[in-house]
Amino acid sequence: MRFVDEFRDADKARALAAAIASLCEPGRHYKFMEVCGGHTHTIYKHGIDDYLPENVSLVHGPGCPVCVIPMGRVDDAIAIATQPDVIMTTFGDMMRVPGGQGSFFDAKAAGADIRMVYSPLDSLKIARQHPDKRVVFMAIGFETTAPSTAMTVLRAAAEGIENFSIFCNHVTIIPAIKAILDSPDLRLDGFIGPGHVSTVIGCRPYDFIARQHDKPLVCAGFEPLDILQSVHMILCQLAEGRAEVENQYSRVVPWDGNAKALQVIAEVMELRPYFEWRGLGFISQSALKVRDAYAPFDAERIFELPGVRVADPKACQCGEVLKGVIKPWECKVFGTACTPETPIGTCMVSSEGACAAYYNFGRFTRERVRTATRQ
Amino acid sequence: MCLGIPGEIVALSTDHADLATVDVSGVRRAVNVGLLDGEHVGPGDWVLIHVGFAMSKIDEDEARAALDFLEGIGQAYDDEIRALVESQIE
Ligand code: SF4
Repeated sequence: MRFVDEFRDADKARALAAAIASLCEPGRHYKFMEVCGGHTHTIYKHGIDDYLPENVSLVHGPGCPVCVIPMGRVDDAIAIATQPDVIMTTFGDMMRVPGGQGSFFDAKAAGADIRMVYSPLDSLKIARQHPDKRVVFMAIGFETTAPSTAMTVLRAAAEGIENFSIFCNHVTIIPAIKAILDSPDLRLDGFIGPGHVSTVIGCRPYDFIARQHDKPLVCAGFEPLDILQSVHMILCQLAEGRAEVENQYSRVVPWDGNAKALQVIAEVMELRPYFEWRGLGFISQSALKVRDAYAPFDAERIFELPGVRVADPKACQCGEVLKGVIKPWECKVFGTACTPETPIGTCMVSSEGACAAYYNFGRFTRERVRTATRQ
Repeated sequence: MCLGIPGEIVALSTDHADLATVDVSGVRRAVNVGLLDGEHVGPGDWVLIHVGFAMSKIDEDEARAALDFLEGIGQAYDDEIRALVESQIE
């Protein structure tokens, strides 16, 4: 097992792999979903699958915020970006996400003023510098990112910056997990819970998974050892007949989350009755919009939006990938028509998307592990 | 954008209560620490940063381990640092 040597603590990894194997009941197949795209990235990068016994499989979940933005919302964002005097600002990850009428990159090439920013606060700075322009921030992300957007809106309100608004596409993780649990396609035995989302929401909101669905969830860190340890914790629960929420990442995730972050989200935003997720369809109460009190900062009220629902391309199987029903390489266009340079679906765009992660590392890792195990 | 990156606080801003200068892998930039309500932070403390905001206080061992890990993941981290270099939060 030479390949474990690249782990920070190879002995620990070896011991965990052995402990995991010994906890598996012979003949039983275990399926665990890693909800967060950051975990998917680690799993492919380090070939974690290859350290697990054959009857344990990890399936990828919907926790990549770039991946779940539906085509119609990209078109709406581009419609805003192409209005007169608008500067659209966005995280770099959004630039290639395909909408029905192309991506931000295409719109920029055609002349729209679209700028990449690191933080919503950078977007606010652009608004201060360009009082004659209308500066819009394309807000995406789960509960990890929503507090930052909310803080930025509060700052804009406090400073009276009138030419700044957000196009709010924040989504919430719990309804997506519920939708997956209710989906008949998939039988899961447990969840590797998202690390950074949980720094905000804490561990309690996952209780229903343990109580109502009788499945373990372990909030996990992002290093290979964290993931192995979380798999081990889930298997321990199953072996002992328990279903609980546990926190493997307590060095970063407080059990109760971040009260201030939750409070600023609640101040600025409220739940939408429903929102469309790419590949998953409409999920009720699964996304946030700007509250009436902050209407002047809401791009959806300032600009006329087409608001047209655009069906995903026929060839695209992102929905199945996001629900963990198929693996990226099982999609017919994977690696041929759909690559990170020419993505058809969103999972190929962000480095946290399952298809991109597998495209970038998967085959390489398999090759490497094969070589290593031969030696 | 989903990476949480560890940074060491080098100074708190005197003009704006929520801002602090952090050092991330040698890059010094301003971030907002207003979400760390009630938690006292000062120079020498480590925080996990996400899109220009400190999300939680972490200890130094965790920060170093996380940095080692991130430096090993390649492009996603390089992209994040490149974006941070462009950042001019004030
Ligand atoms: S290969 Fe492309 S189209 Fe197929 S599921 Fe992945 S991102 Fe979607």
